[in-house]
Amino acid sequence: MENLHVVIGLEMHCELKSNSKVFSDGRNAYSDTANINVSPVDMAFPGILPVVNKYCVEEAIKMASILHCQIPDVMIFDRKNYYYPDLPKGYQITQCSKPVGINGYLEYDSGNKIKRAIIHDIHLEEDSASLDHLNNTSIIDYNRAGVPLLEVVTEPCFNCAKDAVSFLENMIKIYQYTNISDADTKRGQVRCDVNVSLANEKGEYVTPRSETKNVNSLGNIFATINYEEKRQREAYFNHSEELVQETRRFDEDTQTTIRMRTKVDAIDYKYFIEPNIPPFKIEKEMVDKIVNDIPELPLSRKQRYLNEYKLTEEDANTLIKNKDLSDYYDECIKIGIDKQIASNWVTVNILGELNKSNISIKDFYITPNYLKQITDNILNNNISSKQAKEIFAKSILENKEPNTYIKDNTQLSDESYLRDLIVSIINNNLAQKEAYLNGKTNLFDYFVGQVMKETKGKANPVITKKLLRDLLNK
Amino acid sequence: MMKYNYLTIEQLHQKLINKEISVEELVNESKQLAKDLQEKCNVFDYMIENPEIKEVNDNLLSGIPYGVKANYSTKGILSTASSNTLKDYVPFFDATSIVNLNKANAIIAQKTAMDEFGMGGTGTTARTGIIKNPWDHTRMCAGSSAGSAASVAYGVYPYALGSDSGDSIRKPAAYCGVVGYKPTYGMISRYGLFAYASSLDHCGVFTRSVKDAAIVVDNMKGLDPKDMTTWDSSNINLYESINGDIKNKKLCYIKEICDINNYPNATDELKKHLENFHNVIDKVRKDNIIIDEISVDEKLLATVASVYNIIAFAEATSNMSNLTGIIFGPAGSGASVTEQMKDHRTKGFSPLIKRRFVIGSYVLQRENQDRYFKNAQRVRRLIVEKWKNIFKDYDAIILPVSSGPAKKFDDKSIIDGPTKILEEHLQIGNFGGFPSITIPCGFVNDLPVGLNITGNIFDDANVLNIAYAIESKMEYKNQIVKEVK
Repeated sequence: MENLHVVIGLEMHCELKSNSKVFSDGRNAYSDTANINVSPVDMAFPGILPVVNKYCVEEAIKMASILHCQIPDVMIFDRKNYYYPDLPKGYQITQCSKPVGINGYLEYDSGNKIKRAIIHDIHLEEDSASLDHLNNTSIIDYNRAGVPLLEVVTEPCFNCAKDAVSFLENMIKIYQYTNISDADTKRGQVRCDVNVSLANEKGEYVTPRSETKNVNSLGNIFATINYEEKRQREAYFNHSEELVQETRRFDEDTQTTIRMRTKVDAIDYKYFIEPNIPPFKIEKEMVDKIVNDIPELPLSRKQRYLNEYKLTEEDANTLIKNKDLSDYYDECIKIGIDKQIASNWVTVNILGELNKSNISIKDFYITPNYLKQITDNILNNNISSKQAKEIFAKSILENKEPNTYIKDNTQLSDESYLRDLIVSIINNNLAQKEAYLNGKTNLFDYFVGQVMKETKGKANPVITKKLLRDLLNK
Repeated sequence: MMKYNYLTIEQLHQKLINKEISVEELVNESKQLAKDLQEKCNVFDYMIENPEIKEVNDNLLSGIPYGVKANYSTKGILSTASSNTLKDYVPFFDATSIVNLNKANAIIAQKTAMDEFGMGGTGTTARTGIIKNPWDHTRMCAGSSAGSAASVAYGVYPYALGSDSGDSIRKPAAYCGVVGYKPTYGMISRYGLFAYASSLDHCGVFTRSVKDAAIVVDNMKGLDPKDMTTWDSSNINLYESINGDIKNKKLCYIKEICDINNYPNATDELKKHLENFHNVIDKVRKDNIIIDEISVDEKLLATVASVYNIIAFAEATSNMSNLTGIIFGPAGSGASVTEQMKDHRTKGFSPLIKRRFVIGSYVLQRENQDRYFKNAQRVRRLIVEKWKNIFKDYDAIILPVSSGPAKKFDDKSIIDGPTKILEEHLQIGNFGGFPSITIPCGFVNDLPVGLNITGNIFDDANVLNIAYAIESKMEYKNQIVKEVK
């Protein structure tokens, strides 16, 4: 039997985070109440015109440069014309003739191996309204109409479902790290068109490509690819059906894909340049400024943790799961906590605490500086690791910095040590001793202060006072 | 009987300031005139019962009524673009130019009928029926801003708003014996103007004098954050820059358009029209102004109409895809959404628009786009470059409008024939977004004819000043309809 493998290409749509929509001043916000974030532009009332949201363009340029794309020198938008009730204007403003990025790539992590995805293009466009089909009626919510979308189109560069999904996971993380998008699949902010075909060992396509539209979770994308691979294999080897280039949709109930239309019925979108948006120059300074603002991305952090910090793959993966956690860890290293110790604390104790109380690291009481109070004292053998855990818990519980408890645990109560210290202090302050004996009793506190100063506050105050009283009156 | 319908904006303003007339009187006279005209010529899409009375202040337009073409979005006032697809559409927002005129305390008096969505050059495709020329009721006003042209000619008010994508202000102005001015693309915001062909659409105005046109556009124009194609013209005051001094200005006309020998089968009207045009030019030349005859490749001129059709129809088919009856307009019926949209559009649009949609779709189709749409855009650029080159040597191009006075409704020679370029050359003003103004320049068989002056982009003040000087050499300023038939 011929040895075939699956070839996958992805079109990943991701909703951008922004105050207003991409071509209108309608608010870009998720809402459970339908049709409240809508401007006349979003509903295509007669006479409306699009106005490009500059912030969205900057975010698109940011993503284009992350994907190592060529960025054009002018920004142009195109109209994609088709009729559908969720598309109020009867066309979508998108980019076809000059996308914001072309010919790029992204290195991503799949099963702890670095792979490279080839990016055909990335473009900025507007989302459609959302449709809900009820029993005998359909309802339209225009909140989503005009929400900025970034669409990343890959070449057919994935050879298994796992790689395709890993790529998407990496992309989602990048969107979150850069704050371009929340990329929340649960809220439908990430949707994919999945292109699947089979190729032989020479890399020649042996089945026509199927495009499954609008698949909305990583699990469903994984299922789509596997189902399509299986369907095309069976059709190829068993001639169970005649394969044609076609558009399909994923059916969640049956975990299968269903034909929508074949290439013969393909829509001609009659693209042409949007005349209401004059072409505008993308200045190099603007791009440079945007690139400068890109934070270190997850894969680079992971490699730093592995190669420089010598952490385990598991710990590195845990630390980069979200940017705030990774930022927290990096801050720990910056202020001098040992890399391995910090990793242990963050991945075990802190994550455990966060999960337990269901808060985010940003709201966590123990800052890196507080953590350092604990770890430093372990290193100095001031406290045992068992004590450290107790201090950690107490500190969170009582909202008091760890040092509060560490002082109590490490008082200087060694009488002979303190006695020697006090004797030498008295000998260096004979004038004060005499004044004290002559009735200036408040100088007693002066001597207590000197002892505390010498012991950095660690001297047991009860013992200190008793010894001072004895020795001063001698 | 009527006391004010022949007055200019400046004169009306003076009378209002002096309290010789009240705003109410002015509005009432306007209403009376509108009723008369509606009975005779059917020029309004929607007649406003009680226009909102506004106070007179320093602004020249304050307290003065005006007409608005039916394709401007006017808050709370029916705005149909003379189409059945919008026959019940009452907008909830004003076009930016209307907002600006509101700030001037101008009074919207009527919504004027037009060729549906601005498509058509005859004034015969409005949902309310054909619009007749007030000079001669057997003739058309041309289009698409037919109702605005006719009502200003009749003196219903001193000005009315129009829109111009090919010649929709400047040709009806000639046919109705009034001034029609379309400023540089982007000088007036298009926000709230119902789109026909976005790259060609302009807002503009009909008046009975050049100065009035300057006053109105000064109040309509301005940078608009809602229209990315607008530009900052705050340093331009058209009204104040009119001084009538055009000494040493250089104009030209195009031989291939103006030479009677190019039209072997010229009608009597065409002959008289061109003769009149040359007479006017000779008269103006005496004023130390240079008017040269230049030549432009006839092949280039011959492309104008096709270039216009392809670009305009392509943009139109896309622009009007929002008309589905789902969000606004009468809902269509049918078993599926697709059927409902089809029903809405089948019933709503006139046959002329449907024909244009078919052509527009055809030229945008993947397999046709390069041959038609993209080539049309290439030729458009060639023509605009040619015109910009002419403007390096000349302040403006002066040309006769159309091939004579208003056409009869039964005239079959409207679109084709050797006079095509005479009928279509104004479209070049839209290709380049050039400031372009038509003024009345005489009579042929007792019917008004016009000439057009077009200059380079941003050079509106110069163009208006030249038009003003030429207007002042003739006796058609502020003329009101004298009914022939």
